[in-house]
Amino acid sequence: MQEIGIKTTDELYSDIPQKLRLTRKLNLPEALSEQEIRNHVELLLRKNKCTRNIPTFLGAGCWIHYIPAVVDNIVQRSEFLTSYTPYQPEVSQGMLQALFEYQSMICELTGMDVANSSMYDWSSALGEATRMAVRINNRNEVVIPRIIHPDRAATLHTYIEPLKMHIRKVDYTRDTGLINLENLKELVSEKTAAVYLENPSYLGFVESQVKDIADIAHDKGALFITGVDPTSLGILKAPGDYDADIVVGEGQPLGNHANFGGPLLGLFACKGEMELIRQMPGRVIGMTTTLKGNKTGFCMALQTREQHIRRERATSNICTNEALCAVASAVYLALLGPEGLRELGENIMTRVEYAMRRLSMIQGIKAPLFKSLHFKEFTVNFDRTGKKAHRVHKTLLKQYGIHGGKNISKEFPELGQTTLYCITEVHSKGDIDKLARRLKAALRNKR
Amino acid sequence: MFKQAQWNEKVIFELGGNGRRGYAFPSTSEEISKLVGNPVDKLPKTVKRTQSPWLPELSEVEVVRHFTRLSQMNYGVDLGFYPLGSCTMKYNPKINDLLAGLTDVSELHPDQDEDIIQGILEILYKLSRWLSEITGTHEVCIQPSAGAHGEFLGALIMRACHKFNGDADERTELIVPDSAHGTNPASGTMAGFKIVVAPSNQKGTVDLRAFKAAVSSNTAGLMLTNPNTLGLFEEDIAEIADVVHKAGGLLYYDGANLNPIMGKTRPGDMGFDIVHINIHKTFGTPHGGGGPGAGPIGVSMELAKFLPVPQVTYDQRRRRYYLDYNKPESVGKIRSFYGNIAVLLIAYAYILGMGGEGLAEAAEISVLNANYLLKKLSRIRGFELPYAKGRPRKHECVFSVKPMYKETGVRAMDVAKRLLDHGFHSPTTYFPSIVDEALMIEPTESTDKEELDRFIEALKNISDEAYSNPDLVKNAPHNAAVTRLDEAKGSHPKTMALSWRMHQNRNVIKAATSKV
Repeated sequence: MQEIGIKTTDELYSDIPQKLRLTRKLNLPEALSEQEIRNHVELLLRKNKCTRNIPTFLGAGCWIHYIPAVVDNIVQRSEFLTSYTPYQPEVSQGMLQALFEYQSMICELTGMDVANSSMYDWSSALGEATRMAVRINNRNEVVIPRIIHPDRAATLHTYIEPLKMHIRKVDYTRDTGLINLENLKELVSEKTAAVYLENPSYLGFVESQVKDIADIAHDKGALFITGVDPTSLGILKAPGDYDADIVVGEGQPLGNHANFGGPLLGLFACKGEMELIRQMPGRVIGMTTTLKGNKTGFCMALQTREQHIRRERATSNICTNEALCAVASAVYLALLGPEGLRELGENIMTRVEYAMRRLSMIQGIKAPLFKSLHFKEFTVNFDRTGKKAHRVHKTLLKQYGIHGGKNISKEFPELGQTTLYCITEVHSKGDIDKLARRLKAALRNKR
Repeated sequence: MFKQAQWNEKVIFELGGNGRRGYAFPSTSEEISKLVGNPVDKLPKTVKRTQSPWLPELSEVEVVRHFTRLSQMNYGVDLGFYPLGSCTMKYNPKINDLLAGLTDVSELHPDQDEDIIQGILEILYKLSRWLSEITGTHEVCIQPSAGAHGEFLGALIMRACHKFNGDADERTELIVPDSAHGTNPASGTMAGFKIVVAPSNQKGTVDLRAFKAAVSSNTAGLMLTNPNTLGLFEEDIAEIADVVHKAGGLLYYDGANLNPIMGKTRPGDMGFDIVHINIHKTFGTPHGGGGPGAGPIGVSMELAKFLPVPQVTYDQRRRRYYLDYNKPESVGKIRSFYGNIAVLLIAYAYILGMGGEGLAEAAEISVLNANYLLKKLSRIRGFELPYAKGRPRKHECVFSVKPMYKETGVRAMDVAKRLLDHGFHSPTTYFPSIVDEALMIEPTESTDKEELDRFIEALKNISDEAYSNPDLVKNAPHNAAVTRLDEAKGSHPKTMALSWRMHQNRNVIKAATSKV
């Protein structure tokens, strides 16, 4: 203070008009010591029952997977953790290279040529992908499946409503859940900016008519966007192999904790045509050399698309993204390798098949509703048990200490009393058997 | 002297060897396989993967070494001074990170029954109330994932409000100062507005006359950060707010610069209707190399009905926290689930550790530090202070090295790069665009006087070098993992490599053409 010639720091606020000054103290709790903070927060968190303490069968856009210790160890390294966006590439090569490797791995998984270094989540990535399609072909409709997570459909709506775009929902075939191709042909026209498909679908089944859907979109000059759960891509075809133009998805299951639904990791990748690359949203890391040309290095590429340069004409407003989650995914994929990713998919699909059979043996339960192959999630219908899905859930939780799937009866009234169950590699055979036994008991329970 | 690690680490695809694995899954029990076989075999040809994705094959220790080496070639707050203007790179207390790693939050699923998530809901609810108090707003929504996400939501709420009042078709213009962060105009455009730029005056603040001329019945609102990007408090804010409100518009506060005014003044009291908060700047959560952050927004009572669903709420009667979806006027959803919870939990712990008085003290020290730099750096040869000499700055100060550039050819970018050699991160450069050769310096409250003096000394040295041996500065950095990079090459359609696959393909093409 002496050095700058003031007596109180208050003098530095002298230019704030008196009437705008806060003359009282902020009404916040008194400061706690580190030990007190820890006790306080731990005590509060103990009111939760996390998925480690109660067998849980929830998925639907956020998934519980085992995260190898290496992943957390790497992303907690403070050199990564406490750095900002790599605006000074020479001292940020570590983060830049890790993100480049993440982008490259996402390209390998999806069969795309370019991926950005992250969007907020799957939902916002879908919103951005659709806006990108409009920038490319200047049309005003998007066709999406009727079977979609409500948050994703709602977010898409929010993102494209300012463009005065219309969403058209394509129906599904009642017995298989698959896209009704006749209906799709009716909906796709010269007005369609993009056709969006999710595979596996929100309700867990695998869509097999992928190439037909791509052709219908492309025949009318629309872009084909697909949404993926990347844990399926060790066993399911890369969307690039069935002609997707843009791929979005949720990267959380690749090495990121559920964290009560956030942070998530929006995947975004597209084909390598300049027409598409120039319209991509978000930060992209590229490989280059030093000016001297003697060494390889990494830097942010194509920044002229971004808000800090292009301002109101930027392809997106995104700045802070989910970089560290992307690094977690790169570490996770590096640990698994191609064989590990395939095994993961096989592990999940096999357990799901077993769980569906096991639950089907319970009187009155139909699992799944659709005659299709399922990946990580499947529908469980209670109509013939005479019980409401909500009641079954409450009994199972309160009497039997198991958290069942997500009740989707309100989202899809035509599916009756239905719950969406999720099984991953964290569930053992014993867990699934226990679920079946307790679900059976819960259904018998009079309460 | 600082010397960053130089590992010459290969790209991960070039490491490892066939068949190596870094992690093994528990095998599916034989019993299951016996019962159901392998359902993957039943996948139809149209969707079954026949070729494995080309991922690297590494052992666990190879993965650990690779990424640890990379981390050593990355500069973070824990290594040293990080005066990146407008980014508020303060220290991130370790206890808070530790709490966010507890399984009672990290392994919590968002669709769990409300009965067994009361703890996290209480934390989120209380945090939202505290943020309301700090910003002087009525209600806070914790959902936006980042500042720009909050801006987008804020702009959507403006539109929703005008639509509700029946004049959305008319109110199509959003006013943004020329010194604003780039996200402001970008967010406004995304929400469907036409951007009208308000010029700054000679004093570095909003030019009132030009601003008034820009306001009309077409004005949807104004986006402003205060203190602005020059670190100056917009003294006329009350009048500005009045003009916007009288014209029927709304005021949006860009919270990137909230740090210096916590507990001193509040955006809500200045007349702002919508306020976003950069949790990862002001409330000490780590930036993670670009994210995740969180950008909650606070709004006035009139606008609360437009917030996204669900809102974390407390039911007094039942003494229970819950997720309220009953908002018929809501703008809808802007993302999945409820927000970046792990980040918000860190902010909750941060505020607990600071208390109201602690936050105000942090604000004061951040301002004191910025003004100390302001005074000391003004004396450096080749540095020039644009705008409002003699006025105190708030969180940051912006210098121009235009005189140095004219006299020696050394530019702001060169100074920034040379600072890296001294073991400091550089300030923000070339922003705001109303300052030529700008260095935007934000010391935050986490820096002691000795560190500030070392920084000042480094800049003095660099100035001396610029006047005696300019090439030394122009070729900096010399001590970083790599020397200056060819960023143009990285973005040129003919040379860019945005993925390993693209790089490989280009090499194939290059090889083929060289053969021809």
